[in-house]
Order: sequence, then C-alpha cells, then structure tokens
Amino acid sequence: MLSFVVKRVAQSVLVLLIVGLVAFSMFRFVGDPVDNMLGQERTIEDVERLRTQLGLDQPFPVQYYKFLEGAVQGNFGVSYRQGRPVAEIILERAPATLELAAVSGIFAILLGIALGVFTAIRRNGVTANLIMSISLIGVSLPTFLIGILLIYLFSVELGWLPSFGRGEVVKIGGWSTGLLTETGLKALVLPSITLGLYQMTLIMRLVRSEMLEVLRQDYIRFARARGLRDRTVHFRHALKNTMVPVITVIGLQLGSIIAFAIITETVFQWPGVGLLFINAIQFVDIPVMAAYLMLISVMFVGINLIVDLLYFAIDPRLRGGGQEATG
Amino acid sequence: MSDAPLTSKPPSRLARWLDSDFFYAFKRSPVAVVSASVVLLLILSAVFAPLIAPTNPFDPASLNLMNGFSAPMKPNAFTGDTFLLGTDDQGRDVFSTILFGMRISLFVGVSAVLFAMVLGILLGLIAGYAGGWTETIIMRVADIQLTFPSILVAMLIFGVAKGVTPVEYRDQMAIWVLILAIGLSDWVQFARVVRGATLVEKRKDYVQAARLIGRGPGAIMLRHILPNVLSPVLVIATISLALAIIAEATLSFLGVGAPPTQPSLGTLIRIGQGFLFSGEWWILFFPAMTLLALALSVNLLGDWLRDALNPKLR
Repeated sequence: MLSFVVKRVAQSVLVLLIVGLVAFSMFRFVGDPVDNMLGQERTIEDVERLRTQLGLDQPFPVQYYKFLEGAVQGNFGVSYRQGRPVAEIILERAPATLELAAVSGIFAILLGIALGVFTAIRRNGVTANLIMSISLIGVSLPTFLIGILLIYLFSVELGWLPSFGRGEVVKIGGWSTGLLTETGLKALVLPSITLGLYQMTLIMRLVRSEMLEVLRQDYIRFARARGLRDRTVHFRHALKNTMVPVITVIGLQLGSIIAFAIITETVFQWPGVGLLFINAIQFVDIPVMAAYLMLISVMFVGINLIVDLLYFAIDPRLRGGGQEATG
Repeated sequence: MSDAPLTSKPPSRLARWLDSDFFYAFKRSPVAVVSASVVLLLILSAVFAPLIAPTNPFDPASLNLMNGFSAPMKPNAFTGDTFLLGTDDQGRDVFSTILFGMRISLFVGVSAVLFAMVLGILLGLIAGYAGGWTETIIMRVADIQLTFPSILVAMLIFGVAKGVTPVEYRDQMAIWVLILAIGLSDWVQFARVVRGATLVEKRKDYVQAARLIGRGPGAIMLRHILPNVLSPVLVIATISLALAIIAEATLSFLGVGAPPTQPSLGTLIRIGQGFLFSGEWWILFFPAMTLLALALSVNLLGDWLRDALNPKLR
C-alpha cells in the first residue's frame, strides 16, 4: 500500500519536472520576446533595457534556476503582451473558468447518471432509444459547433439567453462570481451545456452499460426475490456497484473539462483562463503559455494521482496487496 | 483464337478483391456503403475543386463586392447574379469557398494522420523490437503525452512553432505548422498499438528465421514485422482522420490554425459566426454542415472498419 502511494507520487513529480523543462525551453528558445513586445519602431537602448528587465541577458542555468524558483512560488514572469505579472492575470480570470467548469461538471454528472440509469432500466423503451441516438450525434459534433448551434437557437432565434460574456459579477474578496446575479446565472447556462454535453453523454453511456451488466447478476435477482422495491434495487444495489469505473471517468474528465473550456470560452467570449491562453497563442505570449501549461499539468497530474488513490480506497479488491487481489 | 482458353487466367487483383470477404461485408452494410460514398464524393469534389467551383474565391479580380450577402438561390438585388449557396460579405461564392476550404481541411487532416502514422509506427516498432531502455523512454513519453488531451497538445505545439517561425512567414507556414501540431499530438495511439503487436510478432518463428539468415534489425522490422501489424493501424488511421479533421477545424475556428488567406472549413465557420446575428445564416450553415458530413462519415467508416477487421466479431 505505502510503496504504491510513494511510487505514484514520485511518478507524478517526475512528470511535472519534465513539463517544467518543456515550459522553460519555450521561454528560452521560442522566438525573441523583445521582438514581440517592441514592434517595428524601437531603439537599441529600448531593446537592451527590456532584455535586462526580462532577465534575458543572463546565462542559461541562471535563467533556468530563476524560472523554477519563480514557478514554485507562483511567479511566472511578466506577460509580453499586457506587461503585467502573469500570476495576477491568471488569478483574476481563474474564477470565471472554475465556475464554468464546476457548473458544467455538476450538470454532466447529475444528468449523465440520471439518464444512464433511465436508459438502462427502460432498455427497450422509445424514449430511451431516442436518447441513445441523440447522444450518438452529440458525440460526433465538434464542441464549437454545439456552442454555435445553442447560440443560434436560444440567443438569436428565441432571444432567451445571452450569447457572450459573464453578465454582472459580484466581487467577494478576490473572487468574482456570476452565481449571485440573474444575468450572471443566465450567462452561465449556454456555456455550461456546451462544455458539459460531451462529458454528460460519456457518463450516460458508461453508467448505462455498467448498469446493464450489473442488473444481470444474481444478487439483483435475490434482491428482487426478497421483495425489495424497484427503486431500492436500482439505486441501492445496482447503481452503487457501477460507481468504480464511473468515478474514474469522472475524475479523468475533470481535466478535460478545464482543457475544453478553451473552446467554449472562445465561442462565448467567456473571460476565463482558456480565452487568455488562446489569445496568448495568437500573440505568442510565451510567459502566459508557459504558465498555463504548468498550471494545467499540475491539475492533470494531480487529478490522475487522486483518481488512482481513490480507486484504491473504493475497490476493496485492490487493497491489501496483490496476492489477495487475484484470489 | 475463337476457342475458349484451356487454362483460365488467374483473376486480377481487382477481381480477387471484389470477391473477398472484406468486400462482401462492405456490400452488406448500408452504413458502410453510404458513409464511404459520402467520403468519396467529398474527397473527389475537394480534389477537383478548381474544375467544379463556379468561381475562384481567391482571385480578387473575379470578385464583385456588389454581390455581397446574396442569399442562396436568390438573384442578387444589384447584379442579378444567382449563387447556389449564397455569398459572403465580400461577394465570394460560398459553394466555391467550401470546395476550396475542404481541400485545405482534407489536406491538413490526411497529412497530419500520415505524419502521425509514420512516426508512431517507427517508434512503436523500435520500442517493441529493441526493448530495454529505448522502450522505456519511448513509452514513458507516450504515457505523459496521453495524460493531456491531444487538442491541448496541438495548441501548444502550434503556439511554439508559430513563435519559432519569423513573422513574415507565419501565414505561409501556418498550414505546415498545423500538420506538424496535429500529427505530433496523435502519434501515441499508433505507437502503442504497433508496439503491442510487435511484442507478439517478434517471438514468432519467421522473425527468428530472418534473424538466423543474418538480416539486420532494420530490415526485420520494416520488411518482416511491419506488414503483419498493419491492419490495426488502418483502423486507427481512419478514426484518427476524423479526429484530425475536427481538430483542424477547432484550431482554425479558435484562430490558431489556417489563416484567412487560406481558409479551411474551420476558418470559414469562424468567419460565418460573425454574421450569425445579422441574419446571413448561410455563410455559417453550409460550411458547418460540410464539416459535419465529412467528420461523421469518416467516423462511421472507421467504426465499421474496426468491426470488419476484428477477427473476434466474424
């Protein structure tokens, strides 16, 4: 048990170190940041001053050390484009992305599990089959097309919901939230559906196939034979035992939600970290790109680690060493 | 020569292929036939775009600004010209831009998959055949890359490559950078499958025999093992193509892909989105539908191929 945990943690740290190296190499070798920042009209003094200011005149190992030292403290340098500290810009925009990701995650999990159970129980029903067919189309549609489709339907044609931005936000401490105003909540609807739809169908299909598997097993028949009500059988006995793979997928999809937020945020001009990243790529703003890469790696690696450890905690067969597990 | 020949000629390759189990299964599946026809139709119209397209959307001389915003199938109010799928703000025929855009989408998609395939096959063969440290390093890199969604990896590679190319070449190089980015984000699948198959194949007698007669490792990998691991590669390549087309469209839509001077379907959708609120729906709708048809039919074909080539499902 302990050796497993230690091994997994060491592995994660190694991955992060490698990603850190990639991020630093981007800093050091991609383009000439001074070129990017100053544009056409400039003097040699301007160039030299900026070079010193950004620390680009120092030797490679010093820059590398400085980068690592800074990254650990959450200091990723100054954005080439905005001239402000990257950490400040990201912190300012993080609430928008996190709120969007959380709402669409909750939407995906709740609706995904509910529809999964429904389509499994009414396996041959008309509604269940309809849901399954629609989900197939949903999976093949690229995310940005879903977003545009929703905008067309609910903003352009029906005029019910806003098509861009966050609406009014309320500041609580350093956190700006759109959850407390009416326009803020309205603005959340379409982006959350766009972002969560793919994960929702994924969870739904997984829950359905797992449920079908479980419902065939003997203990379900015994539970029915004992005269338990359908609801108890479905939710207390069957659903509970489908949760191990479902939790794994949910965990791994959490990372994807953050990553795919880039696309959703661009479609809806949502002022989050993803939109910041896309703009950084367009303008080759390396510090922002590197910081985003580091941030998202920490998140992905962390989620992977937690999922692996959770797996261990949930499934009793994996506990207590390999010998028992095979028995 | 009027008599029938005494010895029948061996059937041609085409005849043998038409007689195969594979083609029989293909004929019997309506989904496969329909999606293959759609893919074929789209590919042909992309290849012959200069012949089919009524106008050349990239020739400024042929454009007439007065033709801007013509609705599909309705004569333009000023010039009286009629366009099958309407025109955009600059009077470009939407049908023609779709044909040329599909060319770029397909070119990027196919090239990216080919690039990923060659890279993945080579690394997979080397990892599986050589084993040891080489294998550990290659597969670890693959594992790490697999932790991140490929679209994110492609974006990062695109950003870095864009930073490396000088400003004045960026638009020209964008297509190649796109191919590189999508290709590099997608090699892992190929490498994993090829490595797995190579591990099985290298223990077989024919590989031992080839080694005994003194063939080098390169020749054994490429001439002996490679042909025997190709059929799963074909399936992954088809599914990868659908993903690559969508990835290209997504990147171009986000503005980090094909430039407006060489618009792909994604770029066209990006442009069309700007007219969504002013009522010119056709500038967005038709490119989007084309992308959908292309991605969906390639996807369905890949699914069918996976089942057809899987011996367990026969």
